[in-house]
Amino acid sequence: MPTLRELTHREDRLEGGHRLCAGCGASIAVRQILLGAGTDPVIAGCATGCLEVSTTIYPYSSWKVPFIHNAFENSSATISGVEAAFKGLKRAGKIPADKKVKFVAFGGDGGTYDIGLQALSGAMERGHDMVYVCYDNGAYMNTGIQRSSATPRGAWATTAEVGKAQQGKIEKRKDLTSIIAAHGIPYAAQASISHWKDLTTKSEKAFAVEGPAFLNVLASCPRGWRCAYNKSVEIAKVGVQTGYWPLFEVEDGVWRMTVKVRERKPIEEFLKSQGRFRHLLKPENAELLAEIQAEVDAHWEYILGRCGE
Amino acid sequence: MAEQKTVATTGNSVVAEAFRQCAPDVVAAYPITPQTTIVEEFAKIVAQGRVHTEYVTVESEHSAMSACIGAAAAGARVMTATASQGLALMWEELYIASGMRLPIIMANTNRALSAPINIHCDHSDVMGARDSGWIILFAETAQEVYDNTIMAVPIGEDPEVLLPVMTCLDGFITTHSIDRVQLMDDDSVTAFVGDYEPQNALLDTDNPVSHGNFAGLGGPYFEFKKTQRLAIDCSKGVIERVGEAFSKLSGRPFGLIETDMMDDAEVAIVVLGSTAGNVRYVAKQMRAEGVKAGLVKIRCFRPFPVEEMVSALSDMKAVGVLDRADSFGAEGGPVFLETRSALYDLESRVPVVNYIYGLGGSDVRLDLIRTVYTDLSDIAAGSASLHGMQYLGAR
Repeated sequence: MPTLRELTHREDRLEGGHRLCAGCGASIAVRQILLGAGTDPVIAGCATGCLEVSTTIYPYSSWKVPFIHNAFENSSATISGVEAAFKGLKRAGKIPADKKVKFVAFGGDGGTYDIGLQALSGAMERGHDMVYVCYDNGAYMNTGIQRSSATPRGAWATTAEVGKAQQGKIEKRKDLTSIIAAHGIPYAAQASISHWKDLTTKSEKAFAVEGPAFLNVLASCPRGWRCAYNKSVEIAKVGVQTGYWPLFEVEDGVWRMTVKVRERKPIEEFLKSQGRFRHLLKPENAELLAEIQAEVDAHWEYILGRCGE
Repeated sequence: MAEQKTVATTGNSVVAEAFRQCAPDVVAAYPITPQTTIVEEFAKIVAQGRVHTEYVTVESEHSAMSACIGAAAAGARVMTATASQGLALMWEELYIASGMRLPIIMANTNRALSAPINIHCDHSDVMGARDSGWIILFAETAQEVYDNTIMAVPIGEDPEVLLPVMTCLDGFITTHSIDRVQLMDDDSVTAFVGDYEPQNALLDTDNPVSHGNFAGLGGPYFEFKKTQRLAIDCSKGVIERVGEAFSKLSGRPFGLIETDMMDDAEVAIVVLGSTAGNVRYVAKQMRAEGVKAGLVKIRCFRPFPVEEMVSALSDMKAVGVLDRADSFGAEGGPVFLETRSALYDLESRVPVVNYIYGLGGSDVRLDLIRTVYTDLSDIAAGSASLHGMQYLGAR
C-alpha cells in the first residue's frame, strides 16, 4: 500500500474541469480508484449516467486514460470485450507479450444493481481480468432521482414518493456485494469515499488480482440525497459508522471487516443528514424507523457473521 | 486465382470456416435464441487451437454485441453470429456499433420473430434492423455465404467505410442444408482480407482517446449522423471494388444485384436469399411456355442499389417483389417499398406488385412462384390490374 505522500505524486487520471456537481461522490471514487491502479496503463469503461455524461462532453474528455462508453447496462460486457481484444491481439503477436494493461468498468447503482446486473454477472463468471466499480448513490440520480434496487427502504425518490399512502421506497435495498461475492471471484469489496485509505487499498488489491474483481463504493449525491455539497464525505462516513454501509472485503472467499465500528451510531444519524429521509423522522413514522433500524442491525450482524466476528 | 477445393457442407459450417480463415482477434457470441451451430463449429476450431481468436462466451446477445463493440474499439478484428430474437435483443447495440464506426462482422441466420414463437426462416429479424446503419448482404447459397463473409472484412474495414457488416443466410434452408461449396486456400484468404489497421484503438495506451462521448446539448450529433450516411453511401463503391477483386480471385461473379434472364424479359421477380433458386427454376419453365420471365436477386440490401435496380427493371411490363417479412401497417414489405420507390422517378411507370411469402418457414412451393409470374403476365397483358400487396399461399 503506497503512503499518502506517494499517492499525491501519482498522476490524476480523471482531469478536473468536468461537469459533475460540487460534492459529487462519483468523481472522488474514480480518482481514488485510479490512484490505486498503480502505474500500468488503464483502460476505463463507463455505463451511461452522471459520470459518463459529465466527463465526456464532445469534443472534450476528462479521461486521461483510454475510455469507452457504450450504453447503460453493459459497461461490464464492453470492458470484457476490450480485455478479450488484449488477449487475442497478444496471441496474434500484435501486442508485446510483456505489455501490462489494467481494465476497469464503472457504473452507477442503476446501471449495476438493476439494468446491468445480468451483464455484470456474466463478466464476473467468465473470469475476465477486470475490475468492476459500482458508485452507489442509491438511486438513478442522472435522470432525476428515480428509485433503484440500491435505494434504501424509506428513502424518497421520484418513483417512490412520500404521501398519505406511502412513505418513500417500500422495499429493502439489494445486497449486491454479497451477490457478486457469491460468484466466487478472487476479490470483492465494499468501500466508501469517506475512507480514502481503505478505498485505495481495496482498489490496489482489486487491480492486483488476476481475474475479476468488484468494488461497491458508497458515493454521495448531494442533489439526490438532498444534502449540502460540502457534507458529502462526512455523510458517507456516518453511513459507515451507523453500519448502513459496512466496509468489508472478500478475498479468495475469505470475508474480512476492514474498518471496525466499535460503537455503531443509530441509523437516525445517517437519515437526519439527508432530505430524502426527512419524513422518516416524523413521529408518525416511528414504527417504520424502528423497522429500518432492525434491518440495518440484521444486515450488520450478517456481515459480521460472514467475517467471523 | 485462388486454389480451391470443393466440399459438401452447410451454410453454418461455411461461416465458421470463413471466420477461421479471416482470423478474427475476438469472437463474442451467444449460442441460442434460437440456437445456431455457427458458434459451436467455431468453438471446435478454437479448441483445436487453429485460431488465435479470444472466444468470449457471453450470457446474452446484448452482451455479445456489447463485447464486440468493446473489442472492436480496442483495435481487434471482431466477428459474431446471431439470429431472430437474438438479433432483436441486440437492437440497441446495432446502432451503437455503426454509430461508433466499428467494422464488426456478423452472420445473421434469418429466422422469424415471436409471437407466436416459430424458429423457422423469414427475414423479419434483419428487416427490423435495416435502418441500423449496418451494411447488409444476402446469400442465396452456402457458396454465397462463404463469399459474402470473406468480402465483408475488407468492405467493413475500408478506411472510407468503417461500418459493421451483416451477412444474412436463410435459417435452415441455407444454414442446415448440405450444399456444394468451393473453399479457397488459407493463404489466398489471408492475403485478400489483409491486416486490420484500427484507428484510435483503446489499446494504443500511449495515445488515449475517448469513445462514445456525449454529443447532446446542441452537440454535433446531427453532423455525426450525416457522416455515417456519407460512409454507407460511399460503401457502395467499395463493395463493388471488393466484389470485383473477389471475382478475380474466386472466378465467381459478384454484383450488388444479380440479374438472370433479364436481357429480353418483360416480367420480373425481385427476391432476396435462398428463394432465388426456386424463382430461377420457375422462370425457366415459364420461358419454355413463352413467358419472358426474368429474375433480379439482391445481394446487397444496404446500401440499397437504387441505380442497379432502376437499370434492371425500367423496361419491365410488370414487376413482382417477394418479401419474406411484412412491414405491418405499411403499403407492403420492405423490399417492395424500396423497389417501388427506386422506380418512382422513371418517366414511364413500371407496375410493381408485392407478395409477402414464406413467413415462419412456410413452404415456398414452385406453384406459388408460378402464380406470381402468371399474375405479372396478366398485368403486362392488361388483363389484370395492380393488386398492391398479397400474402402468397397463406391459408
